[in-house]
Amino acid sequence: MMQAFIFDPFMMMYDSPLFFVEVLVSGLMSGVMYALVALGFVLIFKASGVFNFAQGAMVLFAALTFVGLWELGVNPWLALILSAVTMIGVAFCVERIVLRPLVNQDPIIFFMATIGITYFLDGFGQTIWGSEVRPLDIGIPNEPFMDFAEWSGLYINKFDVFATVVCSVLVALLAGFFTKTKIGRALRAVADDHQAALSVGIPLKTIWTIVWSVAGIVGLAAGILWGSKLGVQFTLALIAFKALPVLILGGFTSIPGAIIGGLIIGSGEKIAEVYWGDAFGGAIEDWFAYVVALIFLLFRPQGLFGEKIIERV
Amino acid sequence: MIYREAGQFKTSYNSDQALLPIAQDRFFVIGLLVVAYFVIPFVANDYWLDSIFLQFFIYALAAIGLNILTGYAGQLSLGTGGFMACGAFSAYKLATSFPDMHIIIVLFLAGLITALVGMLFGIPSLRIKGFYLAVSTLAAQFFLLWLFNRVPWFTNYSSSGVISPPPIKLIGDYYITGPQATNLTQYFFTLTLVVVMAFGARNIIRGHIGRSWMAMRDMDIAAEIIGISPLRAKLSAFAVSSFYCGIAGALWAFLYTETVQPLAFEINQSFLILFMIIIGGLGSILGSFFGAAFILVLPIFLNSAPALLGLQLSGSLVTHIEFMVFGVLIVFFLIVEPHGLARLWGIAKEKLRLWPFPY
Repeated sequence: MMQAFIFDPFMMMYDSPLFFVEVLVSGLMSGVMYALVALGFVLIFKASGVFNFAQGAMVLFAALTFVGLWELGVNPWLALILSAVTMIGVAFCVERIVLRPLVNQDPIIFFMATIGITYFLDGFGQTIWGSEVRPLDIGIPNEPFMDFAEWSGLYINKFDVFATVVCSVLVALLAGFFTKTKIGRALRAVADDHQAALSVGIPLKTIWTIVWSVAGIVGLAAGILWGSKLGVQFTLALIAFKALPVLILGGFTSIPGAIIGGLIIGSGEKIAEVYWGDAFGGAIEDWFAYVVALIFLLFRPQGLFGEKIIERV
Repeated sequence: MIYREAGQFKTSYNSDQALLPIAQDRFFVIGLLVVAYFVIPFVANDYWLDSIFLQFFIYALAAIGLNILTGYAGQLSLGTGGFMACGAFSAYKLATSFPDMHIIIVLFLAGLITALVGMLFGIPSLRIKGFYLAVSTLAAQFFLLWLFNRVPWFTNYSSSGVISPPPIKLIGDYYITGPQATNLTQYFFTLTLVVVMAFGARNIIRGHIGRSWMAMRDMDIAAEIIGISPLRAKLSAFAVSSFYCGIAGALWAFLYTETVQPLAFEINQSFLILFMIIIGGLGSILGSFFGAAFILVLPIFLNSAPALLGLQLSGSLVTHIEFMVFGVLIVFFLIVEPHGLARLWGIAKEKLRLWPFPY
């Protein structure tokens, strides 16, 4: 028993270091995908202090819209733009119908309202587009770089590299948007203090619509990437559950935190599953990230990069 | 004029501190109990007894449990399903390990075990709150279900991972579980248990423990300053809440479905119970019953409504529409009536107090 937990995994790593590197790399790559979902959460939390539970549903809804339009024969690029417009529409409705009447309520009320939005979007998307699994092929093959594999013995997936590139570009764009533009600065001001932001003339409702739209578009990117990996189906919405521990690890308010948290959770999860999974009885991916996050919370409640404003009791 | 407490003088401390100080409330509750005990069992058929009322009582119990934690102590939890599973599986282990143990002792011990587990997962609440806590209770949900799914000891090494509780006698020849149990026995047993536990919850809440929870919910720092220990208040809320959820889970497995697998307690179950307390009313025992009834009746209504209107909808479409309606209702209630159906009930009582005069 003890041997299976403490001794064997490290022996396995020592015996085949290349395999370990492969596991690590594939873990890091899926971590990038988690980070992409977590990013949507961070954006909304940063700018409005709302913990948006509906991010997973937005990922699903965006992906369903994209695939649905494409299957109807719309040009993929046009479908992409139309889905982005749809997500902006969703953001507008959410701001108008849900957020505005709840202004000044407790954050926890907002949180529960976003659970309601989650249910609505899940049901709405599937009512319109159906609930069968739809394959999504965006033309990036899911196969390793053969030349590189022959040269080094490592199998690195082309699709994973593509996902990483997309994610990095998005993060760079968002970081620039948040720090360099006027709207970005306004977003951060709103995040710091609603009332103060209002009193210096920042229009709260516009800001909220913008930030939910941006989160919707990030969700669209995440949905397309995850959708082409898993097929577009209801399980996409459950990816949000994978992103929550990432958030706790990285901190709710930090974009780099979401990325690094995603990488840690992604690689940790894969390594734990491959090397310790058998000792625990398999399928520990479901909760491993949560337990890591839970233990982490006890020692550093604000996350790796979060601002230290967590209220303690 | 109907609901008027004028003229009801309290002449002793006991009557002042009664559970239901107003006579009309007492009559209402007694009337409800009379209907539940003497009318429904003879009117309702087996389908109603087994599928509607039993489920309603169990959900109400779980909703009271979550309401204690979320509504009264202010700690949002998304792990209700996990705690229910914990109750179900510990009751199963107890009932199979000690076949002679009485069902009430089994349920009580299962509740205690769940309370311990709940306290364990409540420890993070001492350092974090709000949605950080909600996320950490999700850990309980996923971890507990994985545990019961994967560790064969919990299912007594059954190859399918499904448990079916052994037949247990309640008194004499009356079986409470298993094929010989009648719906009527189960109905009376669950009803009594729910009534006792609901009154128990009300009693705890008006006592000093309940007040310490509410103080903690309203402003934790102020509560600490007036001498309430956050450790004790929060962990006791987790313990009592998990106790209720655990018993609800055990009843679910033993009486309602009779064979159960961990999947029955997945995350959607947790959300459903959260919806019940939002719609019913946060921080209200009566609201837990309202919410449970509402959430149970709504899908039945949605399933039969298209047929009544002459529309033919496929099953999956109805499920999706159900999702949408739930979502809309949650948002609607949070915006329009954050205190839920219980508050509407209160408003109705206000109106009845003045009726037939406008003010």
